Amino acid sequence: MKVRVLVRLKPGIMDVQGAAVKRALAGLGFAEIADLRIGKVIELELGETTPDARARVREMCGQLLANPILEDFTIETVTDLAPREVAR
Amino acid sequence: MRFGVVVFPGTWSDCDFHYVVSEVLHQPVRYVWHRERDLSELDCVILPGGFSYGDYLRAGAVAGRSPVVEALRDFVGRGGLVLGSCNGFQILCEAGLLPGVLTRNECLQYRCQSTHLVVENVETFFTRGLRLGQVLTMPISHGEGKYYADAETLARLKRDNLIAFRYATAEGKVTKASNPNGSLDNIAGVVNPEGTVLGMMPHPERASETVMGGTDGLLMFQSLLGSLVEDGSFLKR
Repeated sequence: MKVRVLVRLKPGIMDVQGAAVKRALAGLGFAEIADLRIGKVIELELGETTPDARARVREMCGQLLANPILEDFTIETVTDLAPREVAR
Repeated sequence: MRFGVVVFPGTWSDCDFHYVVSEVLHQPVRYVWHRERDLSELDCVILPGGFSYGDYLRAGAVAGRSPVVEALRDFVGRGGLVLGSCNGFQILCEAGLLPGVLTRNECLQYRCQSTHLVVENVETFFTRGLRLGQVLTMPISHGEGKYYADAETLARLKRDNLIAFRYATAEGKVTKASNPNGSLDNIAGVVNPEGTVLGMMPHPERASETVMGGTDGLLMFQSLLGSLVEDGSFLKR
């Protein structure tokens, strides 16, 4: 079973890294960006699929992968860990 | 008083702390490897600065779940003293032993500079020898030292007097300009309600000898020793 965890800063938490990248893009002429926030993608491949797999991943997020003070997370079950769309 | 200085892969202030405890304070001290779980013979455990486990995922996140930090929970429960500086503060927050979290400096720069700290709480084992409002000078050296906590936690910190130090001017005025990293309310150090666990971003071990430019950090160690003299666990070496 393959699982993708997306960890994002909570709304309202200042993302200084995102702000710096947004400024850099504006410097490159991409002035249309209203907001830019940076998160993390964590991809897990579980050895075997058990009924409680999703709950176990939720537990992993609670205990280590995300800090609940700063971050929210979403868990997606995926068939393929490759990027979802190939950009052209 | 028996000190332990915890060493994780990537810790860098361990030798400095060991030196200050051994050569300046003349107290027994040993290194504690991150896989150790037996802290029973120690009075005070120090979590030094550095980049534990490379600070992968988040600063202090992996160390916050390591065997030695799990053992710290019992140690703290038994009344043991814990001082976390820099990465050690990040680890204590990640482990939930102190409230809040340290995140990327607002300026995005790694800040390595001298700071002034105003003492906000003198009822801890680490600060009882200081005066309320006293200004200490100590260096900081970090990229992720911006203290953050939600509004409810901040209110609790204030209500229960858990803020130990705040960044200030040389005169002790808490201003935006004296805040080197964007910390909430200029918070530089917090303590648990029992006053036995203190986390701070500045480095007291780098301000413990005149030759290093100042001895304000030493005042904290002397507070600790004073507590232990009264307690009866002070050891002459």
